[in-house]
Amino acid sequence: MGNKQTTFRDEQFEAYQDCTFFTRKEILRLHGRYRELAPHLVPLDYTNDPDIKLPLTLLINMPELKENPFRDRIVQTFSEDGQGNLSFNDFVDMFSALCESSSRELKTIYAFKIYDFNRDNFICKEDMEKTINKLTKGELTPEEVTLVCDKAIEEADLDGDSKLSFADFENMISKAPDFLSTFHVRI
Amino acid sequence: MQRVDVTGEPVPITARIGSLVNPLLDQLPSYQSLLYRRKSSTSKPKRRGSSRNRLGSFGSGKSGVNTITKYEERQNGQTLQRPVRELPRTMAEKRTDRDQRLKQDQKLSRWTQRRRSTHRYLKRLREDAQERLNSLVLWRGDIHLIEGMFGTGILSYFSFLRFLVMLNLLIFLLMFSFVMLPIIIAPHTEGNITYNQADGSKCSVYPNSARRGLVIFHEHITDLLSGGGFLEQTYLFYGYYKVDAVRFPWFNYNLALAYLLVTIAYILLSLIWIVKRSASGFKRNLIQDVDRFQSFCNKVFAGWDFCITNENAGKLKRSSLLYELKVNLEEERIKQKIADRSRTEKCRIYAIRLILNIFVIAVLAACFYSIYWATIFSQKAQLDQKKENFMVDLIYEYLPSIVITLANFITPLLFCLIINFEDYSPAFEIRFTLMRCVFMRLTSIGVLLFSLWSQITKCKDGPCDCGYNHLLYSCWETRVGQEMYKLTVFDFIIIAAVTIFVEFPRKLIVNYCNCRLAQWWGQQEFAIPQNVLEIVYGQTICWIGTFYCPLLPAICTIKYFFIFYIKKVSLMNNCRPATRPFRASSSNFFFLVVLLIGLALACLPVLVGIAQINCSQACGPFVNYTVSWEVVPRTVSELPIGIRSLLFALASEACAVSLFVITCLVMFYVIALAGAHKRVINQLREQLVLEGRDKRFLIEKLCQAQKPPTVWSSPSQPQPRTSRDSRGSRGSSRSPSYHTSFSSNYNDAMFLAHAPPHSSTHV
Repeated sequence: MGNKQTTFRDEQFEAYQDCTFFTRKEILRLHGRYRELAPHLVPLDYTNDPDIKLPLTLLINMPELKENPFRDRIVQTFSEDGQGNLSFNDFVDMFSALCESSSRELKTIYAFKIYDFNRDNFICKEDMEKTINKLTKGELTPEEVTLVCDKAIEEADLDGDSKLSFADFENMISKAPDFLSTFHVRI
Repeated sequence: MQRVDVTGEPVPITARIGSLVNPLLDQLPSYQSLLYRRKSSTSKPKRRGSSRNRLGSFGSGKSGVNTITKYEERQNGQTLQRPVRELPRTMAEKRTDRDQRLKQDQKLSRWTQRRRSTHRYLKRLREDAQERLNSLVLWRGDIHLIEGMFGTGILSYFSFLRFLVMLNLLIFLLMFSFVMLPIIIAPHTEGNITYNQADGSKCSVYPNSARRGLVIFHEHITDLLSGGGFLEQTYLFYGYYKVDAVRFPWFNYNLALAYLLVTIAYILLSLIWIVKRSASGFKRNLIQDVDRFQSFCNKVFAGWDFCITNENAGKLKRSSLLYELKVNLEEERIKQKIADRSRTEKCRIYAIRLILNIFVIAVLAACFYSIYWATIFSQKAQLDQKKENFMVDLIYEYLPSIVITLANFITPLLFCLIINFEDYSPAFEIRFTLMRCVFMRLTSIGVLLFSLWSQITKCKDGPCDCGYNHLLYSCWETRVGQEMYKLTVFDFIIIAAVTIFVEFPRKLIVNYCNCRLAQWWGQQEFAIPQNVLEIVYGQTICWIGTFYCPLLPAICTIKYFFIFYIKKVSLMNNCRPATRPFRASSSNFFFLVVLLIGLALACLPVLVGIAQINCSQACGPFVNYTVSWEVVPRTVSELPIGIRSLLFALASEACAVSLFVITCLVMFYVIALAGAHKRVINQLREQLVLEGRDKRFLIEKLCQAQKPPTVWSSPSQPQPRTSRDSRGSRGSSRSPSYHTSFSSNYNDAMFLAHAPPHSSTHV
């Protein structure tokens, strides 16, 4: 590659290219971005897979995530411990799942996980109210929020349990025209 | 959510059934397939915090997951092998998956191995090439910036603009390489150009329009802006191509035929490219179920643009989302109101709509008449050649363009005003106003051309001798080309002038002047529909004008290139995004549909000009023919007899009718297929509902069956995986089979009531 110091071995590159939607250059660029969040913590040399995790607070201040109302949930979903501490693998995985070339099914699965605040495999009314409040930052009155929640559940709920299971969510997203174009992060 | 307390003891049965439901649900294969990253958060307490290695935090969940999915895969015959990168798992799991697949590949024969490795290598190569191509894409950085600041709605406008730049460049390259290049290289390659000679008849007199003697400087400017004078006899216009054929040493290049075929080719090329681009949006629009349109869900779950990086843009997006939700709630209320309308109210509304539509038609008719009048006046003024004043001359030249621009400025405002009285739902209002504006814009060009044509074919006494008015229009194609050229130039001047002289001062006034008028006027909104109509209008002119002015695509490419930067600067500095946001998905589709309408409307004048109107005898490549189309039959008659009979057979009625019948059959088949798919989708949806209900019913029964307190004291032994799998898979089947499965697996039911055990046996 012409680098004086190698960041990854060739096998690691191959593995990354197979397991994500990124190319070599993009993986290196991502490593640069990951490193600049905490230069003293993250080594330049990743050839022996160091086990370094960056905390939530550093990650949600990235420019790509800063303005996103769901940034906490996104980082938590892709972290292994659920608290938002991402290793480099998780970091790459996150941006790969959210990138433009990622598949619709993958994005649907992760969108469901992100919007499921209480992690009970259902998007219930409370989850949806939290989503709406994060989106509008409390500008809607509580009655309007409830009304929107009810209408949304009414539109998407198939099995009539007044909450959205993954099947309901997937069916709804497949018919939502904006999903693919809005649910991606460019890095 | 606490389903177990910290010591891992199960919660007593007095707790709500719902809280016990979830551990059971977690065991079902359908949830396992969701492959949650951290099962520990839902069901395991944190007491075994010591197992900190990567695999440990998953414990039984992950390995169990692997066994379950592998088991299921084996059940399905492992036919569905999705690429590793599309699996929703952690990186470590994906890597192990990948290694497993590679190991499996080792077991295959050498031939299959080699094939797979070449396949992988080619895929890698293709991705690298794709990446390199992507870096060459025009304006990538600019568009990325715009996307981050304003979201995907406005982004779609700019990528549409980029598409038009590429399209125009391609059309120009076509025109250049097949029409201009032979003429240019002929002298260098010993080619012999045969020109069309004037045959002495009165139709073939073409006075030279170049200015002679002392030419005042401003006349050069007039010439540049109007395409007359020194520009008339150049490559720019049709009239210059007085070449019949170019005889190269090795073959004879029929330029007239090439000119005609390139025209048809660029229309077809534009059509194919637009349809290809709109295909994906079309598919998505078809899937949308019109009956249960999910406006709320779409806004809540797919409303936020995840690529916004700018704080202001975030605030604006939030307010626009808020506005959309409020509009939706309002629409619900209006729908209710419409449903509650009484008979008299309905009659009143219909009467109002009828009157207003007649008014709209009257306005349109008035606009078209004024365009017609302006064109005739302008033509007369140019032909009379009275030179009054530099500015007045220019105004006479540009009168049709000015009238068209004024009409296109006033009518949208009028339409927006009128639609408020017609009492439609907000979504329909937007679409209907847009339709009216599109119609107005694109038909105004048609009216201009029609009035030109009426002038060209109108002779003083009776029918024209040469088929056109050869006294006034010795080379009418050039004149038409000049009109198209003027329209293009004026369009560009207006866009630049509006940005510089209206938008920048508006921003200054609104920012620095505190009077109420300024605040009411407000900051400029980037209205996407109007901007799109502007550039579609320009593109329609380009398509019509390329036949008469072969360099027009190049001019349009440069024009759109500059418009991109003008609009971008204006957007960054002056505008705020519209409060009525335009959705990205439907917008791409909308742009391309409007462009297609423009293309369809552009084809009409071109085809009429080629096939109906007599071409001029004094200029151009078609001097030896009556109409331009005649060059094709004449060339066909000179072809060898085999090809000629083949072409005649293809164009005969038998072939056309059979092609038509085949197309009808294919269409019917596809429609039937679509209907069948729709039915299947409905059936599957109903099945999904029933399955969900079944599942809940079964789980409730299960929980009820666990009521006896003796169940809690017995320790749970980890049951073998297979029986749990079979339980899970049978559990989702229909209710009658529940009884048999339940009675045989009573111990399992007991086990499932507890939290899934920790990793001890399942790592």
